[in-house]
Amino acid sequence: MIVAASLVLIVLFSVAFHLVSPWWWTPIASNWGYIDTTLVITFWITGAVFTAVVLFMAWCVFRYRHKPGRVAHYEPESKRLEIWLTALTALGVAAMLAPGLVVWNRFITVPDDATEIEVVAQQWFWSYRLPGADGQLGSSDVTWISADNPLGLNPHDRFGADDVVIDGGDLHLPIGKPVKVLLRSVDVLHDFYVPEFRAKMDMVPGMVTYFWFTPTRTGEFEVLCAELCGTGHGYMRGYVLIDEEAEYEAWLGEQLTFAGLPAGKEVQVANTAEPIGGSDP
Amino acid sequence: MSSVSEDPDTGIPPAEVPDLPPPHAHGFWSRWVFSQDAKYIALQYSGTAIAIGLVALVLSWLIRMQLGFPGVFDFISAEAYYQFITMHGMIMVVYLLTAIFLGGFGNYLIPLMVGARDMVFPFVNMLSFWVYFLAVVVLAASFFAPGGPTGAGWTLYPPQAILSGTPGGTQWGIVLMLVSLILFIIGFTMGGLNYAVTVLQARTRGMTLMRMPLTIWGIFTATVMALLAFPALFVASVMMLFDRLLGTSFFMPALVEMGEQLSYGGGSPIVFQHLFWFFGHPEVYIVALPAFGIVSDLIAVHARKNIFGYRMMVWAIVIIGALSFIVWAHHMYVSGMHPYFGFFFATTTLIIAVPTALKVYNWILTLWRGDIHLTLPMLFALGFIVTFLNGGLTGLFLGNVVVDVPLSDTMFVVAHFHMVMGVAPIMVIYGAIYHWFPLISGRMLSHRMGLIHFWVTFIGAYAIFFPMHYVGLVGVPRRYPDISASFVPDSVATLNAFITVAALTVGAAQMLFLFNVAWSLARGRKAGHNPWRAASLEWQTPEVPPRHGNWGEELPVVYRWAYDYSVPGAPRDYIAQDDPGHRASWSHVP
Amino acid sequence: MSIVLGFVALVAVIALTWLWRQGVAERPWLETGAVTRSPSPGGQPTGRAGLGVFLIVAGGLFALAGSAVTMRMGYADWFEMRLPRVVWAGTALLALSSLALQAAVFAARRGDGPGLARWIGAGAASMAAFLLAQGLAWARMVETGQGLAATPGASFFYLISGLHGLHILGGLVALARVATRLRAGPGAAAPAVALCAIYWHFLLIVWIAMLAILTGWASDAAALCRAILS
Repeated sequence: MIVAASLVLIVLFSVAFHLVSPWWWTPIASNWGYIDTTLVITFWITGAVFTAVVLFMAWCVFRYRHKPGRVAHYEPESKRLEIWLTALTALGVAAMLAPGLVVWNRFITVPDDATEIEVVAQQWFWSYRLPGADGQLGSSDVTWISADNPLGLNPHDRFGADDVVIDGGDLHLPIGKPVKVLLRSVDVLHDFYVPEFRAKMDMVPGMVTYFWFTPTRTGEFEVLCAELCGTGHGYMRGYVLIDEEAEYEAWLGEQLTFAGLPAGKEVQVANTAEPIGGSDP
Repeated sequence: MSSVSEDPDTGIPPAEVPDLPPPHAHGFWSRWVFSQDAKYIALQYSGTAIAIGLVALVLSWLIRMQLGFPGVFDFISAEAYYQFITMHGMIMVVYLLTAIFLGGFGNYLIPLMVGARDMVFPFVNMLSFWVYFLAVVVLAASFFAPGGPTGAGWTLYPPQAILSGTPGGTQWGIVLMLVSLILFIIGFTMGGLNYAVTVLQARTRGMTLMRMPLTIWGIFTATVMALLAFPALFVASVMMLFDRLLGTSFFMPALVEMGEQLSYGGGSPIVFQHLFWFFGHPEVYIVALPAFGIVSDLIAVHARKNIFGYRMMVWAIVIIGALSFIVWAHHMYVSGMHPYFGFFFATTTLIIAVPTALKVYNWILTLWRGDIHLTLPMLFALGFIVTFLNGGLTGLFLGNVVVDVPLSDTMFVVAHFHMVMGVAPIMVIYGAIYHWFPLISGRMLSHRMGLIHFWVTFIGAYAIFFPMHYVGLVGVPRRYPDISASFVPDSVATLNAFITVAALTVGAAQMLFLFNVAWSLARGRKAGHNPWRAASLEWQTPEVPPRHGNWGEELPVVYRWAYDYSVPGAPRDYIAQDDPGHRASWSHVP
Repeated sequence: MSIVLGFVALVAVIALTWLWRQGVAERPWLETGAVTRSPSPGGQPTGRAGLGVFLIVAGGLFALAGSAVTMRMGYADWFEMRLPRVVWAGTALLALSSLALQAAVFAARRGDGPGLARWIGAGAASMAAFLLAQGLAWARMVETGQGLAATPGASFFYLISGLHGLHILGGLVALARVATRLRAGPGAAAPAVALCAIYWHFLLIVWIAMLAILTGWASDAAALCRAILS
């Protein structure tokens, strides 16, 4: 009796907790509402299954508890029932998987008009790089890293000269424009995570990873590192600010490029056959 | 296959494996230290596992104290916090759960349940325990090493695991951890050889595979999986040790650490992740499958009803075991691996949910129309079903690749794996101990103390981990010593404090359990022979507790499957496996 | 990871076939009474079953090492290894050792005690010589600038040949134990000698496979596997 009642109470408590709890996803600030939708579908299906199964279990515990004279029914198996249950489960699983895979396909397909920006992670702060007027990020490598060149940009790459470097400050992005976030790490694994954007990905030293999203509302959003990276992992914070177009341009104008010039200014690159500074090492 | 003649009395062919007496021990050392009796080795494994598990339990209190009341406990620095979570995780998963299910329950139950006198390689079995013990000592030594134990997370991801930004990275901590794991795997291979070959070779006459209880199916499948999966951790550990000690770059790319260019280059951290999770995912099923098997038997015995759909249950165990090798990269959805892998692994991960769900249905269908005795083993079995169902369902969120993207590395993951791998299997371990304690010791555990232990543990553990999912949903990441952030409402801090109080309460209840065991060993009610009236072979030994050699003069002969409960027309509500019965007196409806 | 997945698939096929033959599709509640029909436990002597299980573990270990090499080969900085010539001499010694052990098996079966002892001795000696050749190979590689941390291929070579060498040492220990029991007569020692021979052949096959991967002979196959899985 008590056992069956407790099982029912667990179901009621869990459902109530879910409905009443103030703890839910932070309001979304990107185009990935599809992820939220898939999550809600999953909650409905798993919630229904949990409720149904535990309530049935509670009923069995109550109805079939031992009483003097009670004899269990002898039934080794029921192929029909098991086939039905398998089919229903497979259906429920497919109902969750299908939308999930559709959205995943969108997640990994970067739109053609996405601007590339780069996030560079190191122990234990964030830096950013924008492609500058030429729309292209210059190449980089950890061997270039020095006190003057903290992000390791290749000084011989003409595309890199106008890259906007934000070393340890906040990132600003314009609202409504899809952006492909290239992720790079200089030392260990990190993960660029802004809960409101939903999308995130690890950065792996030695390779460049990415994800893409479109910011859909303005505001100030905190960045957290979501891959254990040493003792400073929990304190590796930053901010991403989504601005209206005008504010964004204003902010951009205040930043410096790799070449040391204010961003937004046209960079004159000499039209020489050889890269500036001689051949590559 | 059977070139020898049949026994004229029963028509049963004699066993292929000769009935050799197991090695007999004389003297203190060979009886109480280097025993080759699997039952004794089982107790050695269990005792060691519980002892180191208590260390991990205390670490969990420290972790919760920091999360529930950040800033209050000054001695819990960020370094210490990472060391706590790493050691807590590694100990619990490998040194407690794997060791107790396979080394503890496997050693005790396999020979008894299949009708053997002991394991087939008793000397190697004895060695396997002592290698495990050495592995535990080496791991524990890292607490006292300069720099303390490693704080790299139980997943030990490079490059950070062997760099100076992580506790123990450039000191002894990570080295001792890796050496300990290598030792554990060597020891486990020796034990696993025994468990597998004993089930393959040493079953008594009449014990076909389909007459084995599901406990054996679970432990056997888990053993085979472990023999295939642990080498991945072995090779990854050796490679990481080389990177740490010998300057190779298996996993280390060119990197600049705190402004200093290191001499590594070209290695891939993702290769480590593939190797680690190729081990790591089967590992969670290595813990889960014995639990599945044991809980099936607990429910069958205490509901006086055969496990519903035994064949499906066997197939489900085998299929889950096989499928578990092709789902590992669902731990790597956001690792930066090729995105197309996401499609494949999400599909296989959600497919594996189907046989698992079938098992849940069959446990409940066993209860349905049964004769349910709410004994402590049954209560813990019910607790297992609820918590495993909950944890398994949240796994569907994480297995679905795109939903995993925001949820990975948040407290949602922590809640999921604790519920499904922490709470649920622990429920089974307790249920199993309450169930088999009378066989091992000849006495019953105290029912009253057990009830308090059960209710506090079950309700308390649910209260810890169910709300934790929502903390993760808010976006709070895992492995953060201090989880305040701009988007986290203050109510989360309150929720965390509540979870901590629940955790400390559940922790206290485990002390009651330990006291129960100690007290009952001395003063528990005498159990007599087969107090639960179970049909499986381990309860049919001539003496309780079973003596060395288990079966006395003659090995038993098995005439039926392990689940003849409440058979219509039978004189009692169970028929022991070695009971020849009288075939004509009752008939089974196919 | 395709190499180890292929290995696991192979083990799965063997396991599932065996399970099927053991009657895993039958309904045990319908079969009460003495079992006369389906195979009772046994079938193989215990030592053989134990070795079989161990070979699956060791095979898995080397398959994983092979997978790790193949994954690493996909990176831009990989280049072909130049293995010292003594490696090939060592491989030949390993093959001879296998032949010697197989001859020992035949000797044991036909009851030829002195022949058995000779072939066991030859097997042990050539195996020890192989280990020596491996040591020389290591020294030679260090001399030619392919030290442990020098190139990824070198690192893997030392790792894999080291693991392989440890397994060889274990085999030599087992062979020594068998040799001490030769006094009981060739017939009694035959099963144990057969097990040693199987282990020797296994180590030879593993070594050739690892060489094929490291030297790039298998790289075409590896590239195909990568293409399939990506």
